[in-house]
Amino acid sequence: MLKFFLSLVGAVAFVAAGTGPGAEAQQPKRGGQFNFAISAETPHYDCHGSDTYATLHFSAPFYSTLLRYNLSKFPEVEGDLAKSWAVAPDQMAYTFKLHEGVRFHDGTTLTSADIKATYDRLRNPPQGVVSNRKATFADIDTIETPDANTVIFKMKAVNSSMMDHFASPWNCVYAAKDLATDPNWPKTHINGTGPFTFVEHVKGSYVAGKRNENYFKKGLPYLDSYRGIFTLQAAAMLNAMQGGQVLAEFRGVSPAERDRMVAAMGDQLRVEESSWTLNLIVAFNVEKKPFDDVRVRRALLMAIDRWGGSVGLSRISTLRSVGGIIRPGSPFATPEAELVKLPGFSKDIAKSRAEAKRLLAEAGVPNLKFVLWNRNLAMPYTPAGIFLVDQWRRIGVEVEHVQSDTAPYLAALRAGNYVVSIDFSNLFNDDPTLSLTKYLSTTKNPLNLSRANDAEIDKLYEQQLREGDVEKRKALIRALEKRLFDQAYQQPLLWWHRIVLTHKTVMGWKMSPSHNLGADLAEVWLNQ
Amino acid sequence: MLRYTISRILFMIPTLIGVAVLVFFMLRIVPGDVVEVKLRGDGGNVTQEMVEMERKRLGLDKPLLYQFGDWMVGLAKFDLGKSMWTDRPVIEEILIRLELSLEVAILATIFATLLSVPLGTMAALFRDTWIDYLVRIVTIGGLSIPSFWFGMLIIMSLLFFNWLPPITFTPIYVDPVANLTQLIWPAMAVGYRYCAVTARMIRSSLLEVMNEDYIRTARAKGVFEKLVVSRHALRNALLPAITVMGLEFAFLIGGLVVTEQVFNLNGIGQLFVQSVARNDFMLIQGMVMMIAAFYVFINLVVDLLYGVFDPRIRYG
Repeated sequence: MLKFFLSLVGAVAFVAAGTGPGAEAQQPKRGGQFNFAISAETPHYDCHGSDTYATLHFSAPFYSTLLRYNLSKFPEVEGDLAKSWAVAPDQMAYTFKLHEGVRFHDGTTLTSADIKATYDRLRNPPQGVVSNRKATFADIDTIETPDANTVIFKMKAVNSSMMDHFASPWNCVYAAKDLATDPNWPKTHINGTGPFTFVEHVKGSYVAGKRNENYFKKGLPYLDSYRGIFTLQAAAMLNAMQGGQVLAEFRGVSPAERDRMVAAMGDQLRVEESSWTLNLIVAFNVEKKPFDDVRVRRALLMAIDRWGGSVGLSRISTLRSVGGIIRPGSPFATPEAELVKLPGFSKDIAKSRAEAKRLLAEAGVPNLKFVLWNRNLAMPYTPAGIFLVDQWRRIGVEVEHVQSDTAPYLAALRAGNYVVSIDFSNLFNDDPTLSLTKYLSTTKNPLNLSRANDAEIDKLYEQQLREGDVEKRKALIRALEKRLFDQAYQQPLLWWHRIVLTHKTVMGWKMSPSHNLGADLAEVWLNQ
Repeated sequence: MLRYTISRILFMIPTLIGVAVLVFFMLRIVPGDVVEVKLRGDGGNVTQEMVEMERKRLGLDKPLLYQFGDWMVGLAKFDLGKSMWTDRPVIEEILIRLELSLEVAILATIFATLLSVPLGTMAALFRDTWIDYLVRIVTIGGLSIPSFWFGMLIIMSLLFFNWLPPITFTPIYVDPVANLTQLIWPAMAVGYRYCAVTARMIRSSLLEVMNEDYIRTARAKGVFEKLVVSRHALRNALLPAITVMGLEFAFLIGGLVVTEQVFNLNGIGQLFVQSVARNDFMLIQGMVMMIAAFYVFINLVVDLLYGVFDPRIRYG
């Protein structure tokens, strides 16, 4: 016990001191094979048609993107294939100059035609191709390629999120000739310009890559090779890390798993923590009685003690931060002083619950009973569901907590066969547009689980998207958030907290609030 | 014998057709489909149009009977179709994992046989002595402790030395040492239970056989006790044990779900769990058909082995 406690104190002190891989100013060493764990296996290799980190942790080392996030200064954007760029004063054109002499793994040279082919596929996928970013790039009017190293995106309308969209890790750049051969070529083949070249994918077991000797960023990557090993069970992954079979896992672990590993490995382990661009959402189906009554919905949100709950839940689960619709602590987030004034976020929980009871009585449902529909994933869905059951019990509401496998869960939600559910939002940055899409009217976005249609929310969404002034945009986002919470269609429960464990020999990897970023391994090296 | 074997093989066909009908239609009762999980399982903001397009591509928009007919025609040509999750042929997905699962099953069978035959025999020959009691404790332990739990104990013991076997599979023909270093532990974990079941079966069966008239006759003729046991008693006592071992072996091919997870093995059991979680109907159907065929085949082998061990049994 004492050993465990001392190890934990040591590890926490290690994190607090900022002794992360970025903080250790050592000369990177070249060479070595890096084995790391990927806790899910991608169904295909195509970044454009995927939303799972499993695809990025698999494919990112093989590809480049036009822009990317500078993880040391997140959410600042930096060039990847783009050497420089310029945004027109009216924000109606984006011009990118590409690095020269960039070569695909098959030896062909990258040109602006490859960028155009990639973005044409993203915004207007051919028949039979799935692009999850079609809506993201809907504001692009034309893509011009005046020369081999210049590409110009001309817009139909101003879009304040374009730079974030260009920096998305999902926009892997493919070769135009590969796409011409078969638009679905990237689903099953790999030919990128990234720091590693593809060696093999043993289904169900691992993906292997080796250094791209022609990588356009001179001196990178440091590693000779790597293996991303699929470890689908958290316990198996932790055992493998403790036994030295893998040196890292980049998605994240729970606090209990962190504590176990700290106790077992002590100072051989590096623990890095950050708030996470993921949250759980409580959604009410407004088509079902009595949840068509705003008083009922608001009462249920007001009964939740988020501030107290975050303290307890953060000890046992990946849930931690209290926040509105934008990740707390990020540039567009609502400050705590304003947040506590919104329904569901008051720190005076006794007063809030008294009001909740009054609202239920006024709505004629003082002894409300319903089923809470939840996903059958232990972390963090189960603790979140149990927490909500307890919170609502305190205002006399009886809740049956039903957890289901992903397929029937999604089927029930899409069909509207639920009254209250725990939904989730999986983001890769703090761009407001990305966060707010979830809350658009169901006629515009069928993924809005509340099934609510609210013209005011749609209008505010459109206004913030077209607003170039940051402060004015913030005001519009606040107004949208207030409208959403006043109407209580759905509301974030808590934001997740990311904990990443790596062996101390793993250097150069940068922590960020998203597990979808920083997966290219270009700057990772082994200190052994 | 040949006629019997051929007729048994022909009887496999209606059995497998029955399994095919059951698995196909029962899976369609499950709500949800693979497209939702694939495109929206991680929160993807995918339009309904794209979901419908993907459903169409996978043939999920066609009438159920048409889908069934299509699949059955494929089955008749030994084509199990393509995985709806990966778009790769089902047979390819299975074959990648089958080698590992088969090897674990074979290693566990060897482990179980090497231990269970002497343990069961000793327990029967030294009935109600300390040897019998010791074997009972060991075998009841094997029956009581789930394989995955024993596997976890093995892993904990290995981690005590800060060591763990490799977690990626190396075929035995590529590197036998790396292969056995990885697979010997799960084979032990499942082999222990396998051994316990078989040892207890051999013990009880041998006790019964040892009281038979022909054993008394053999002894009266002055045959050495060692020969009485090995040539006359054990040979007959092994018959029920063979049945159990056959069923256990077939079970190990697809039934090591949790043990495979504990040891991070890329086997058939894990694939089964993943395909069910994803509603990958084609893959589930393919695996059920493969395992059903395996069970039927193993039963045939067991029946044929009866004839080898007991010359009185002849199939005509």
